Amino acid sequence: MPSSHRESFDRALQKLLDQVLILGSMVEQAVQSSVDALKRRDLIAAKQIYNGDQRVNEKRYAIETETITLIATQQPMARDVRFLAAILEIITELERIGDYAKGICKINVLLSDEPADPTILADLQCMADLGLGMLRRALDAFVVQDAAAARQIPLEDDQVDALYNQIYRKLMDEMRRTPGSIDRANHLMWAAHNLERMADRVTNICERIVYVATGQMKELDNTDDEK
Amino acid sequence: MIQVLPDMEIQTKNQPSPQTGNSFYAIEARNLNVYYGSFRAVKDVNLSIERKKVTAIIGPSGCGKSTVLRAFNRMNELVPTAHTEGEVLFMGQNIYKPNVDPVEVRRRVGMVFQKPNPFPKSIYDNIAWGARINGFKPGLGKPSMDEWVEHSLRRAALWDEVKDKLHQSGLSLSGGQQQRLCIARAIAIQPEIILMDEPASALDPIATLKIEELMRELAEDYTIIVVTHNMQQAARVSDFTAFFTMDQDRAGMLVEYGPTNQIFTTPKDPRTEGYITGRYG
Repeated sequence: MPSSHRESFDRALQKLLDQVLILGSMVEQAVQSSVDALKRRDLIAAKQIYNGDQRVNEKRYAIETETITLIATQQPMARDVRFLAAILEIITELERIGDYAKGICKINVLLSDEPADPTILADLQCMADLGLGMLRRALDAFVVQDAAAARQIPLEDDQVDALYNQIYRKLMDEMRRTPGSIDRANHLMWAAHNLERMADRVTNICERIVYVATGQMKELDNTDDEK
Repeated sequence: MIQVLPDMEIQTKNQPSPQTGNSFYAIEARNLNVYYGSFRAVKDVNLSIERKKVTAIIGPSGCGKSTVLRAFNRMNELVPTAHTEGEVLFMGQNIYKPNVDPVEVRRRVGMVFQKPNPFPKSIYDNIAWGARINGFKPGLGKPSMDEWVEHSLRRAALWDEVKDKLHQSGLSLSGGQQQRLCIARAIAIQPEIILMDEPASALDPIATLKIEELMRELAEDYTIIVVTHNMQQAARVSDFTAFFTMDQDRAGMLVEYGPTNQIFTTPKDPRTEGYITGRYG
């Protein structure tokens, strides 16, 4: 193990990493709770989660400020600069995932007392579980800068996409059968879309982990989103 | 008979130096070893420096980076116990061949040192003297000495600061100005390569930035090789970076050489990574 002449910088980097993990868990909690509130149609909880997104944003800006300060004052090189650059990207992705949770809460409120197909809600929960599992493992991989794990995680995005397509088909059928359900179905489609995008954001996080670990900047998701 | 390196005309302002020889590189070290007595200070260095680029040499103290720099214009020979093995090709020609004149080598491969060392003469004479003894002859279709002094001082970004006091002593200038005067003096004899050994380490931050800007400008016409302890300086000014370290036998060795953006963001060798991130073992 090489000796370090930068103990205080190392401590600052560790502290920053801890803050990123806290942001990650805040976002994870927000997504989990937003889907749970949607399933239970708990509008009070939805409004609380919606308002709580402000704390996610504040945490993101605090980390961004600290990262920029370290770049300006510590002149990081090599893995250090890649790590700090990655943090700037990762916190942006996390904040956007937080926005998806906020969006699901908004959908919950818009749905109001409209009934929702329990199978759709179950599929949404599955999408959330898959996406959040990816997120947790991505953040674990970031802690140990594990490029191999980071390359594997985006492969799971196919399962999330399959669930999204399944929900899409169900909702389209429902809209065709029952034109009066269009608003409700459209809202649920957006909830599914948010969860599908969350998994894409995790893929972006994984790309940054590979960059930190190897210096390679390469897209890990080769699928065409437009298909 | 003393062999003279391919000759060239002194060029006027904004005319690039003609490239002689067929090599793509300005200078190439091949299996270069430098000894001080029995101590091998630098071992087995193979390094090819691209023309009209800034190349930085970095590494910890004692890794032989200044020795390598001085090998590029046979300055090590001024140390009585030093001897050199291997080849240094300048424009494709080995400067260590017995019949090559070291004075001619040093004219073509100029040098700027850590501590500014202007002659104790006027600013004007600091430029004119070197040019004159190196064969500069004003004449028809060629610049006058006054024009040449102005040209050299302008190229060194010093003209505006000294044009009204050309006959004052060079030693009356600030440290940063003295260093630019030394660069002007080097330029005045039209080298192809300028070696710089820690050229800004004795200067304040503003004077340092001026030297760095100057290095970038000079790279349009000259090949610059700079030894620096300041990694941020290497990152700011250079196109290529060579990282040296000391091997177990304390001989300096080249570890990694590549484009500066690669060396400072994604170094390949863990020793480079350790050094530039401050976690050198």
